Amino acid sequence: MSLDSKIPEGPLKDKWTNHKNNIRLVNPANKRNIDIIVVGTGLAGGSAAATLAELGYNVKAFCYQDSPRRAHSIAAQGGINAAKNYQGDGDSTYRLFYDTIKGGDYRSREANVYRLAEVSANIIDQCVAQGVPFARDYGGLLDNRSFGGVLVSRTFYAKGQTGQQLLLGAYSAMNRQIAKGKIQMYNRHEMLDVVLVDGKARGIIARNLVTGEIERHSAHAVVLGSGGYGNVFFLSTNAMGSNVTASWKAHKKGAYFANPCYTQIHPTCIPVHGTQQSKLTLMSESLRNDGRIWVPKKLEDAQAVREGKLKPVDIKEEDRDYYLERRYPSFGNLVPRDVASRAAKERCDAGFGVVNNDTKEGVFLDFSSAILRYGKEEANVKGIENPSDEKIKELGKKVIENKYGNLFEMYQQITDENPYETPMKIYPAVHYTMGGIWVDYNLMTTVPGLYATGECNFSDHGANRLGASALMQGLADGYFVLPYTIGDYLADDIRTGPIPTDSKEFEEAENKVTDELNKLINNNGSKSVDYFHKKLGLIMWNKVGMARNEKGLKEAIQEIAELREEFYKDVRVPGELNELNQELEKAGRVADFLELGELFARDALEREESCGGHFREEFQTEEGEALRKDDSYTYVAAWEYTGKPSEAVLHKEDLKFENVELKTRSYK
Amino acid sequence: MSASNNINITLKVWRQKNAQSKGQLESYDLKNVSTDSSFLEMLDQLNEELINEGKSPVTFDHDCREGICGACSLYINGRPHGPGNRVTTCQLHMRSFKDGETIYVEPWRAAAFPVIKDLMTDRSSFDRIQHAGGYVSVNTSGNTQDANALPIEKENADKAFDAATCIGCGACVAACKNASASLFVAAKVSQYALLPQGQVEAKDRVLNMVKQAQKEGFGPCSNTGACEVECPKGISLENIARMNREYLAASLSK
Repeated sequence: MSLDSKIPEGPLKDKWTNHKNNIRLVNPANKRNIDIIVVGTGLAGGSAAATLAELGYNVKAFCYQDSPRRAHSIAAQGGINAAKNYQGDGDSTYRLFYDTIKGGDYRSREANVYRLAEVSANIIDQCVAQGVPFARDYGGLLDNRSFGGVLVSRTFYAKGQTGQQLLLGAYSAMNRQIAKGKIQMYNRHEMLDVVLVDGKARGIIARNLVTGEIERHSAHAVVLGSGGYGNVFFLSTNAMGSNVTASWKAHKKGAYFANPCYTQIHPTCIPVHGTQQSKLTLMSESLRNDGRIWVPKKLEDAQAVREGKLKPVDIKEEDRDYYLERRYPSFGNLVPRDVASRAAKERCDAGFGVVNNDTKEGVFLDFSSAILRYGKEEANVKGIENPSDEKIKELGKKVIENKYGNLFEMYQQITDENPYETPMKIYPAVHYTMGGIWVDYNLMTTVPGLYATGECNFSDHGANRLGASALMQGLADGYFVLPYTIGDYLADDIRTGPIPTDSKEFEEAENKVTDELNKLINNNGSKSVDYFHKKLGLIMWNKVGMARNEKGLKEAIQEIAELREEFYKDVRVPGELNELNQELEKAGRVADFLELGELFARDALEREESCGGHFREEFQTEEGEALRKDDSYTYVAAWEYTGKPSEAVLHKEDLKFENVELKTRSYK
Repeated sequence: MSASNNINITLKVWRQKNAQSKGQLESYDLKNVSTDSSFLEMLDQLNEELINEGKSPVTFDHDCREGICGACSLYINGRPHGPGNRVTTCQLHMRSFKDGETIYVEPWRAAAFPVIKDLMTDRSSFDRIQHAGGYVSVNTSGNTQDANALPIEKENADKAFDAATCIGCGACVAACKNASASLFVAAKVSQYALLPQGQVEAKDRVLNMVKQAQKEGFGPCSNTGACEVECPKGISLENIARMNREYLAASLSK
């Protein structure tokens, strides 16, 4: 099958408007006869479900959590970008578009990214109308802050809980439709297959996680909003339940999987504490507005800090290496995530890490300068003459508390250290996956009637996502893109009538799901699911993580295939199929990660260049920056499943840049 | 990180096969628990041991493990989310416990939160309260007025935000001797009551949400303030006062 991205004709800025004017619509009376399944209730799935129901479609929404409000979008901290130019600092739709293309290291589609920038302003209007309590200034207007990789302030926020407030907004919109009966909500249900009838997506097989029952659900179209696959690394900032299963099952049914190797390693997370660690906690990128990142200049100081013999506050200013400010003077601490993460790794590999864990990995994120700067400002505002150092600190701490209070509390809770008094210790961790299911401009996958939105698709962030753009994309897809583009497809279905679930296609899909689960349950192995998941995570982190090379990737492919074999021989899943069984849930997800991991490494091996989050050691400049190979790799790698990850077939969608010039990304 | 060390503990964990069966506390000895582990990581360790011994692991709700999704919900040593203030169970660390300590772990106890299995309860009653009015009736259109067209006093915007930080975990109900959902309902009512966008439907909202809470079997407010103490997000009792004012005004004028 050849890949048709279906990008509309015409000038970049008119594409979306023209497209909306030209696609087919479904009249309101006919929408009532059309069912749509939405899998996942985060920002993408939740906003899509609510909007589709408002338009009049019958929506069935599924989430594995006990309530749609708990989807992992809730944990997004820092903010959401929008080209509102409220600060009058020169922002525009074009600039947001350009920053996103550049930030993604020229590996995303111009037309999709422009549309994203175009609808971004509507998102803020919509959320405010829903009652989302964004931060405001004293004049009552919305406040903004700055994020990495940009030179304007376009990020809207609600303290460090922006994702929570936006998700609760989408959840409230869903609630209104649930109350009306327009959304039928299936909590604690997990999608385990997509059902194709005559080549079209017509339903799903789901497991009721409370009773264990395998259920058939039909619809005229299926929308995935099931999130990213960062948990293939076991340790990540994702929720424990975040998984690739819905995407992977879709992939196995014909949806191409694009750029699986594009992973975002977030620079500011709390370092690993030990072997019992189950997940990693992010410290929002917004902290880099005010925090300065450094390590000691002298190796012996770094060692003394690790051994607890030297306190960071006692290291003199001239003995500190603010390495981001040193290497990237124009963007400083606000370089994009991939750049900041690699720079931290470089310092720690050289022996300057400050955390006393197995790998000595960690750097400081220091707020002391910001506390003094804000303290002096506040003293001026309050008219305090000759304030004491103590007073300045006290006033400065209050400002910091107002901005980041909950993050500081969270940090102290986890580490037992007070970040107002001593610098935070941070290290990069897996956070987001730019890769995902391939979609065309309409967000449809290579399976007719199957759509993918939000993090689970590949579309807008190229090889690296800018901070505060995930929330923007999830809501853009769900509120403003998918609900319109899906109508063009469904216009053919106004006379189809309800899709029966007693067809042989549903029966076959259900039987296959049941067989696979029974195989896991009856395996009688000796090792727990977590044992395999942790092993997979280590292979991924060590060989397919922040820096990759040919030798390591080849080893990883081999090791993952072996681990998968061992998993099926020796995994132990206690309990029964027909009951609430959390180990069985995990086993199914890890089985899919074990397949995805191999494709992920293959994709990384295939792409012989460095771009964004994908860093191949063989391809770097003398200064250690990523070296792209535009002549050979300006394409989207879309993988077709043919029976085994090792036999997946690569299809290429060439990326055409007609509006921006490909340049070496520089933040110096 | 602080200096970590390992402790040995005894756990008394509520085990219950399903909603129909009777449950009981089971005792487990757990050795070498790192004080840097979170409470849930400690339970992971217990489950790993149980699985290796061929026993059934303990079922509990959890997901984000960073204190924001509201899934985790354990009643530890007689307190929702255990010792310490303003933390969820997933943020509680084992450094809060002593070597040799016996720790009781139970599910939320409330008629409106029936046990599903072991430590997992059914909190869908909270969702149904939200269905009754926890929203502003505005369709997605892309042509609502500009977000800055209507300035909102910072103080009110901040208070609305504080109320909106409720994570829906249910600790307030578990803490209350009446198993009242007042703080939960009040948080949502307050968020909208403090914002101009919420005014149009304010009366119906408070009446319908309170009515639904009663229908779900949550009790009346006990006025003890235990909910505020145990709320991991520090949602203030002020919100209950505001809800009561809204409720009274709405009942008089409806």
